[in-house]
Amino acid sequence: MMTCDEARVLLHALLDGELDAGHAREVETHVAGCPRCAAELAQFLEMRGTLSDANLSFTAPAALRSRIEAALPAPVVRAPWPSRRSLLKGFAFGTALSAAAAASVLFVVVRSDQDQLILGEIVSAHLRSLQAERLTDVPSSDQHTVKPWFSGKLAVAPPVADLTAQGFTLLGGRLDYIDGKPVAALVYRRRAHIINLFVAMAASLERGAARHETVQGFNIRRWNEHGLRFIAISDVSADELADFGAKFESASRAGA
Amino acid sequence: MMLAGRRRSGRARSAMAGNAYDPERARRFRDAALPHLDEVYTLARYLLRNATDADDAVQECYLRALRHFDTFRGGTVRPWLFAILRNVCNAGYAQRRFADQDIAEDAVPIWSETPETPEAHLLRHRDEQSIRDLVSALPEPFREALVLREVHDLSYREIAEIVAAPVGTVMSRLARARSMLRAAWMAAEEKGQ
Repeated sequence: MMTCDEARVLLHALLDGELDAGHAREVETHVAGCPRCAAELAQFLEMRGTLSDANLSFTAPAALRSRIEAALPAPVVRAPWPSRRSLLKGFAFGTALSAAAAASVLFVVVRSDQDQLILGEIVSAHLRSLQAERLTDVPSSDQHTVKPWFSGKLAVAPPVADLTAQGFTLLGGRLDYIDGKPVAALVYRRRAHIINLFVAMAASLERGAARHETVQGFNIRRWNEHGLRFIAISDVSADELADFGAKFESASRAGA
Repeated sequence: MMLAGRRRSGRARSAMAGNAYDPERARRFRDAALPHLDEVYTLARYLLRNATDADDAVQECYLRALRHFDTFRGGTVRPWLFAILRNVCNAGYAQRRFADQDIAEDAVPIWSETPETPEAHLLRHRDEQSIRDLVSALPEPFREALVLREVHDLSYREIAEIVAAPVGTVMSRLARARSMLRAAWMAAEEKGQ
């Protein structure tokens, strides 16, 4: 049996969503049979609601921002990559054998080069969505509103999963551009964190297992399924993003 | 104003330039860290309770973060910046921050008897400025835990890493912080402020 002293500490973890199912049940059982702890929980819930409704943030003064920006070295236009043609030229005089080798080397070079560019674009698109106050074109937590919104705008119909019960709230959808091509962006929220899930057409129908990366401090999870390419990016922890991806995959598979 | 002095000296600037030769690295830092400026500033305001000191601490935090950006390996940027800010605040303002009203952690009862007033909804009536004042008036280390949880919405584990304390300690600090906040809140209501 849980005592009031224990319960009154643990109820904070309960209302913060930090308890595992077993402990949560124990606290709830205690609260159900203890009016004083129940009153306590109700009050803290209410206080918590008031705190999270209130804007308790401050905005950095413009002078501070520009002082910090001035202290950072100015952004420099990146040096262009060596052109792929010049890479090819190096192999142009070789034998048939080395031409075959060249093809595979070239493939690897181009792939990783492209990969870097695309990851960079994903991060930029994510940052843009957070800064420009244009997170969604179609703000809705209803998957049946978000999914049809994309039809006619894209060559693909992205699956939209309702993951509210799993702790990821659908905020809506947006048309974005990656690598110069339009893609669907689905926007989810985890606590105060935004998750952008980009969906585009994949090069093949092959199913691709999930890969995790960290770029500029953001966690990225990529996978392929049903001829679609999925890229989720957020500043939630890598574990939480993996959890999000797994839940999205199983929900969209169930809905397919 | 220790940090303000340092800001104007050439020392900080040259330290910066020495590390900033790599434009690609600077760009990555800019993209990763600048979007969090308001949040870092917010935490500084609550930790230091003074706008000028917060300004200086945030600038010092970004200088240090850029210098140590190479040691940042994955994870999320925000908690990393918060941890740096906290170090800056503790180092630069140790006396001010810890001398005035810090109290021993177990000197605060973890809960006080719920006041008889059934009007929990009284808690709704405060405007944002007075809520900020109530939060700012909490003693450390409770204020820090509460702000990281309620304003920055971090998980217990993230808070534990930032303040270098076990998760259980974070939980009990939050319980105490909220009890104190509630008591102060109700006292303010009774005074009719």
